[in-house]
Amino acid sequence: MAATESYPVDLKYHREHDWARIEGGEVVFGITWKAQDMLGELVFFQPPAVGSTVVKDGAYGEVESVKAVSDLVAPLSGKVIAINEKVQSEPETINADPYGEGWLVRVELSDPGEAEALLDVEAYKQLLVEE
Amino acid sequence: MVPFAGYEMPVFYEGLIAEHKAVRSDSGAFDASHMGVLEIDGPEAHEGLQLLLSNDLDRIGPGQAQYELMTNEQGGIVDDLIVYRRGEESYLVIVNAANRENDVRWLSERLPTGASLRDVSDDHALIAVQGPGALARLGLELAPSFTFAEVELFGVPCTCARTGYTGEAGCELVCAAESAGKVWDAVIAAGVVPCGLGARDTLRLEACLPLHGQDITPETDPISAGLGWACALAKEFTGVERLRAISAEGPSKRLVAFVMDEPGIPRQGMPIVPDGEVTSGTHSPMLDNGIGMGYAPAKKSKPWSMLTIDVRGRPLWAKVVAKPIYTSSRKYTDRQGEW
Repeated sequence: MAATESYPVDLKYHREHDWARIEGGEVVFGITWKAQDMLGELVFFQPPAVGSTVVKDGAYGEVESVKAVSDLVAPLSGKVIAINEKVQSEPETINADPYGEGWLVRVELSDPGEAEALLDVEAYKQLLVEE
Repeated sequence: MVPFAGYEMPVFYEGLIAEHKAVRSDSGAFDASHMGVLEIDGPEAHEGLQLLLSNDLDRIGPGQAQYELMTNEQGGIVDDLIVYRRGEESYLVIVNAANRENDVRWLSERLPTGASLRDVSDDHALIAVQGPGALARLGLELAPSFTFAEVELFGVPCTCARTGYTGEAGCELVCAAESAGKVWDAVIAAGVVPCGLGARDTLRLEACLPLHGQDITPETDPISAGLGWACALAKEFTGVERLRAISAEGPSKRLVAFVMDEPGIPRQGMPIVPDGEVTSGTHSPMLDNGIGMGYAPAKKSKPWSMLTIDVRGRPLWAKVVAKPIYTSSRKYTDRQGEW
């Protein structure tokens, strides 16, 4: 059921174990394999409202496993244009496929230049080693 | 693995939810060797325990077990425990791991000289095998709840008790520590699913079995906690006067079970608005919904009462339900007609 550990090279990473996939002027957010592994089987996703604003480094929602709750930290700023309804009804999708079916929200970027502050895959992997 | 009361214990083996569901549908095994195991015997053992424990030991004979609260002078709960009556003046007592040292001190200071207490925890392992299929998996015959017998299982002498902490049928096996690995391996080989601390907590909470240190504490009393059934108020024991008074007046707060009416998971310490607190909360694997227990004003403690729980700043509705919330044989929804 759980995915095997991986960190795609085409993503940008936030040190709070969130990822961002930039697609033109939009971005998709999710949590990394490491994050879902630390939390365990996820059972709840509290999403932001569509149309709400998320701010880089700020909490935009929550995910919970049976035992723990974690804030979702926005890697970039913008306006929420879609949430993943499949993850709302089946949060375990995040464990099974954290970078694909387990995406969380889609955001219209307000400041694409912010992405420069994010980690690339090598820097994120280094962070995991140091932690 | 997490440290728990001085033991390293797994939160889960393969996955908490699968382990939980295995216990509800068939069987699961828990290494509960961290629990404290005390032997109390001597010519004054029975009389001494009668004065320190809430339930009436005259109601059980050898081979029977009983749930007890050990109470302080204020009626607060020092610990909850199960006593196993081995003989007229011989008891095995199983206590919470986190309270073991305190319980030994509490009992040693108060038992009469004609009762001797030995803490044999380190010599014993405790393996709980729980679920509707548990006894059949072990080749054990059905026996009434809260009875026990000395048996030989997988070639190992065990005290086999029809008790547990999941709300399911099954047994708890007490054996010599050095035989624990042999028993555990044989239980797992019989097709019982190994379960960690995580499932132990979600199972006991669905079954509304209180956890000492959270739902019941030295500051809370058994009457408010809904454990009056385990208090023989007609006999004398520590704190009984206070418990009689609380029982007569009616408690101002009660430990209620609730099911979230909106998406969200209650957690220990969250406020029940305006006047109460969640003492245990989790996601119920069987209901796929947030559930919990907590102290709420008595007038809001009846099934169907609605509570507001402050889930990290979000006020969410929860519905008080009859206990247990969920076991394989009883679900709160089965009893809607009775409300």
